[in-house]
Amino acid sequence: MSAQALKAWIEGIGFIAPGLPDWPSARSVLRGEAPLALAPSVLPAPSLLPPAERRRASRVVKLTLALGLEAAAQAGADVATLATVFAASGADGHNCHAICEQLATDDRQISPTRFHNSVHNAAAGYWGIATGSMAPCQVLCAYDASFGAGLLDALGQVVVDAQPTLLIAYDSEYPAPLFAKRPVPDAAGVALLLTPARSERSLACISVAPATDPAEPLAAADLEALRTSIPALRALPLLQKLAMGEGGRVCLDYLAAMQLTVAVEPC
Amino acid sequence: MTPLLLSAYTATTCLGRGLDATRAALRAGRSGLIPCAFESVQLDTWIGEVAAVDAEKLPQMLADYDCRNNRLTQMGLETDGFAERVRQAIARYGKARVGVFLGTSTAGILQTELAYRRRDPETGALPDDFHYRRTHNSFSLAEFTRDYFGLEGMAMAISTACSSSAKVFAAAARQLALGSIDAAIVGGVDTLCLTTLYGFASLQLTSTHPCRPYDAARNGISVGEGAAFALLERADGAPAGSVLLLGTGESSDAYHMSSPHPEGLGARQAMAAALRAAGLTAPDIGYINLHGTSTPANDAAEGKAVSALFGDRVPCSSTKGATGHTLGAAGAVEAVICALALSDGLLPGSPGTERLDPAIPVDYLLQTRAGQARYVLSNSFGFGGSNCSLIFGVAA
Repeated sequence: MSAQALKAWIEGIGFIAPGLPDWPSARSVLRGEAPLALAPSVLPAPSLLPPAERRRASRVVKLTLALGLEAAAQAGADVATLATVFAASGADGHNCHAICEQLATDDRQISPTRFHNSVHNAAAGYWGIATGSMAPCQVLCAYDASFGAGLLDALGQVVVDAQPTLLIAYDSEYPAPLFAKRPVPDAAGVALLLTPARSERSLACISVAPATDPAEPLAAADLEALRTSIPALRALPLLQKLAMGEGGRVCLDYLAAMQLTVAVEPC
Repeated sequence: MTPLLLSAYTATTCLGRGLDATRAALRAGRSGLIPCAFESVQLDTWIGEVAAVDAEKLPQMLADYDCRNNRLTQMGLETDGFAERVRQAIARYGKARVGVFLGTSTAGILQTELAYRRRDPETGALPDDFHYRRTHNSFSLAEFTRDYFGLEGMAMAISTACSSSAKVFAAAARQLALGSIDAAIVGGVDTLCLTTLYGFASLQLTSTHPCRPYDAARNGISVGEGAAFALLERADGAPAGSVLLLGTGESSDAYHMSSPHPEGLGARQAMAAALRAAGLTAPDIGYINLHGTSTPANDAAEGKAVSALFGDRVPCSSTKGATGHTLGAAGAVEAVICALALSDGLLPGSPGTERLDPAIPVDYLLQTRAGQARYVLSNSFGFGGSNCSLIFGVAA
């Protein structure tokens, strides 16, 4: 069977990384107009959550809400109607550490809130509570390949189900001692609002295909370090094209031996 | 959606290893639940534990994957000739054209729980033999499966708590529809661990009895474990009688992290979406495998959603009184039970349930009985308000 194009239009972008608090700042750095001033990632307060949830919101909850809302706002999309795909290489690392630490003691009565926050889809659950969206919500993981896996499933929803889909790819850090086993340095991520048809808000069209080429490293060493140390930022070569407003192909790391090439056409 | 063929399928739970053990237990109305004596856990609850998981030896090349969850993954793959059917599909389509879509809630987190008991007393470091990526990470079972078969194509783990391995059917169906793969290994594996046993206990959601779905006196779940897989392919030329995936429906509650929407609104949307995808209407469905966890809130909310859509005319049951709640594996385990219902002409009963909750107006099956449904629906719902319904039928 001949494959159908994995094709979508991008209407909005959200971005947070160390020293890059939003998409406009990332865009300037990716265009070479501003230097990357590395600093801990800034995670905005989750004002959309009800007060009880807001107080207890973890870093991944703040991260994903900010990413998704930035992309949706740029597109003028109603978050209460959007299907979502959350792609993350891990869940809330601090919460996981606290549970494992307590389960190694004689007092194993972990807190109920810690337990329900331990699920890989916790951030997605809070997204639903905050936005009221009852649309399908996917939550997946492919370790370092999580961005690529999320992109593939989001494009599946856009093309097969013909619905705008918000992809939120994100990662966060573990504290010690898990940090030594999985050294993700900080919280970071990217959101892309993908739509099945071109509109006046479309920024670019992307078509994704499997490949076996190596991913292109970013020319700037500091950006390349972000790309390789935070799985969600494997998307950076694509974001650089979008920042430059350039057409062409980029290759993204997925899951050896399978890579993804993305053909980008600015609108 | 275009129907897809389940060209092979298998399930391993506390009912036993494989389809024959599962169907024998379903026919007999047997439960596999036992009082909890897992690891060092001290909780007054019942569990569905799979026998001999830790006797399973992984291939030397894949030794870093060794943990209870991957042992059960391998056990499941090597049951009912499933691995052989996968290898035949790889020979037909190529190793980049068979995708892996597996659901889990906790993957191999037990390995991390155990490693935290062996931290270096000076530095607090975890032991050198602990492999986070290959055991703890949510992707570990999918990566293990991909490496087990030497695959080179797409793979993902879906982790939406207890709907995980229902949603894998929907994700795989999309990629098959796109033609980006020709076959998909779908399924789910979750194994007992302290996080879920103590976690559900902390929420007061575990019962001190074997669970009793839809019973008036139900008071919590029995945590189980399981591995279930299906091989999905396009259904062109599927032999008559083979089991087909006809529809998938996904929704979100947008309500609460650990309680379902009280009116079952999200559940209802998922079932309605699955019916739409299958091109069917409610009267077409001949059996519903309920999520039926046996918590007061789940069964009440799901019951409202089912009765709103189907009235009280569709035979339905939860099989968690037999298998326990296998969490991230439940969707796939119950998909296989639906396949058996279709292939064997049986409508499974609900061991443990004695006195039905009179407040839930559905046609609930206490005892297994003979009955040939043409189309069956399976519900799976998870924490975070994640809902998925699947519809299966038989090729004409």
